[in-house]
Amino acid sequence: MSEEFVLKTQDLTKHYGGVHALEGANFELRQGEHIAIMGDNGAGKSTFVRQITGVEQRTRGKVWLYGEEVHFAGPLDAREAGIETVFQTLALADDLDVPDNLFLGREKTFANWLGPFRLLDYRGMRQATIDGLNRTAVKIPNIRNTIRNMSGGQRQCVAIARTATFHSKLTIMDEPTAALGVQETAQVENIIRTLKEQGEPLILISHNMRQVMDLVDRIVVFRRGRIVANLKRDETDGQDVVAYITGAKTQPEFEIEGVT
Amino acid sequence: MTDTSHGTGGLTFDKSKRSWPNELNILLALIIIIVIFEIIGQVAPYMRGQSFLFDTNDRFDSIFNEARLQIIILQVAVIGIIALGVTQVIITAGIDLSSGPLVAATAMIAMSFAQVAEVNGFPNPKAVFGAWAMDLPVVIPVVIGLAFGAMIGAINGTFIAYFRIPPFIATLGMFLICRGIALWWSGGNPISFPTEGYAWIGSGMMPVVWFVILAIVFQLIMSFTVYGKHTYAIGSNEEAARMSGINVRRHKVMVYMIASMLAAFAGIVLSSKAVTAQAGMGEFYELFAIAMAVIGGISLTGGRGSIIGTVLGAMVIGVIRSGFTYIKLDGSYQLMAMGGIIIAAVILDQYRQRNRA
Ligand SMILES: Nc1ncnc2c1ncn2[C@@H]1O[C@H](COP(=O)(O)OP(=O)(O)OP(=O)(O)O)[C@@H](O)[C@H]1O
Ligand SMILES: [Mg+2]
Repeated sequence: MSEEFVLKTQDLTKHYGGVHALEGANFELRQGEHIAIMGDNGAGKSTFVRQITGVEQRTRGKVWLYGEEVHFAGPLDAREAGIETVFQTLALADDLDVPDNLFLGREKTFANWLGPFRLLDYRGMRQATIDGLNRTAVKIPNIRNTIRNMSGGQRQCVAIARTATFHSKLTIMDEPTAALGVQETAQVENIIRTLKEQGEPLILISHNMRQVMDLVDRIVVFRRGRIVANLKRDETDGQDVVAYITGAKTQPEFEIEGVT
Repeated sequence: MTDTSHGTGGLTFDKSKRSWPNELNILLALIIIIVIFEIIGQVAPYMRGQSFLFDTNDRFDSIFNEARLQIIILQVAVIGIIALGVTQVIITAGIDLSSGPLVAATAMIAMSFAQVAEVNGFPNPKAVFGAWAMDLPVVIPVVIGLAFGAMIGAINGTFIAYFRIPPFIATLGMFLICRGIALWWSGGNPISFPTEGYAWIGSGMMPVVWFVILAIVFQLIMSFTVYGKHTYAIGSNEEAARMSGINVRRHKVMVYMIASMLAAFAGIVLSSKAVTAQAGMGEFYELFAIAMAVIGGISLTGGRGSIIGTVLGAMVIGVIRSGFTYIKLDGSYQLMAMGGIIIAAVILDQYRQRNRA
């Protein structure tokens, strides 16, 4: 397996009982590439993300990260392998504040010999949070506030800041701007552009055609659990993509039903 | 200090208006309850102007009625130790009903390894085991008791975290099992005559000493360690905790183990304090421990609550108990009042939640 691929999946499939949420996905992401995944509600986009990030165990198929076949037992494994994800559900703990959430699961600590009782470096985490928020220009009135008391957009900002604060080999964002205002959306798009400049690969799931056309190199379209198109941004347009999303068109190479 | 009011987004943040901690409300409630008892003492004719907390007869060096203060704390110390563990379990959005019977089972088991061979020159009439288990150093019964607690907690936690049995059901099952173990251990006979070392653990004010030390230790752990942070995170949003890479199942097992070890330690302290172990010990302790946490402002849906809150909740229960004795109302009124206060605590908490910014 060549190292030119950051991520590659082969026949990636997930069934929930009788529901075939994801079926035979063959997906490739190259170094420095930004790919958008589009598709209607329930097309299987988030399911795809959950299989790659170890949140769920796939029904079948293979996944390679930087040429190495991976089988993550859980989200921590994926994170340690360098995959940073903004989940659609955001995955924030409501009763904790912003630094706690940013560092949840990888806290800065002292006295590590204490094992699970090692001490939290609150000061370090708070400073890093402020730096991270400044870098991403995310606005949150008070980082000591619990997430419960924040607006939907602010929560989303926290989840995005969490991803952007840590250097990663692959960033995945599942509808990161769904609840954001105009300014905040522009900020997130800037974060994505910065990643592009730094050559960091990204998978962006979005329903926003303008955003997708502005930001990514390639668009992969999901429909009813299957990939139905793999389009270069420069060789397509909004109408064309919509035709694939709605089922008016399917690329010839994806037409064969039952790739099993 | 670093500036915590970061950015604005058009909003300004007034640091002085930070919502005040829930624990202050409970402290306030505690003070109000004490004042009420104090007023009843002064006003009610049959009380003849006695004071509830102050030393009006000049029997003590300080201005307080030290004897009453000691009783207030002493009578809640053992259940308070259990409540420290129950608090952690409830913060993960769980519950532990097995702690009361676990107190009894541990008391029986630990005491059977803490007996003296001879009482007044005669062989120990309550001996459970042969000579090999007599006059052992105090660490042996303590370690055996704590290990038993750890095992029960590990079983609770495994059923809850790995087999997804609801905590209420899993610990209800363990409630019956532990009471059964307590009855079976010595065939229902009480176990008595502990060694001097074992009798020391719960003697005098020692239960209060243990309670205070453990409360401080666990308050620090919950506030300043990864263990505490993950416990709150799991209760807040278990799925998010899992997605953030926390090993939720292993962590839950650890929380239930710590809770059961605290209950086991309470059993050791109680049997030492009573200088005997009986299978019926610790009745309703699990419920009082939960009540302390609830009065202390914990949320049964998880993610909120603190050890300090639970300690204050324990104090409220202690004050009410000894207050009712002081105004000469018997136990039946105590129970009714306590029930009312638990419900009031939850109503107040819900009201507070709704009106939060
Ligand atoms: N845990 C589950 N159990 C059963 N079915 C599921 C489960 N999770 C997802 N599904 C189903 O799988 C299908 C794909 O869901 P998925 O969340 O991947 O959609 P999506 O493309 O992300 O949609 P959206 O744009 O609305 O986020 C849906 O039909 C959904 O109902
Ligand atoms: Mg989705």
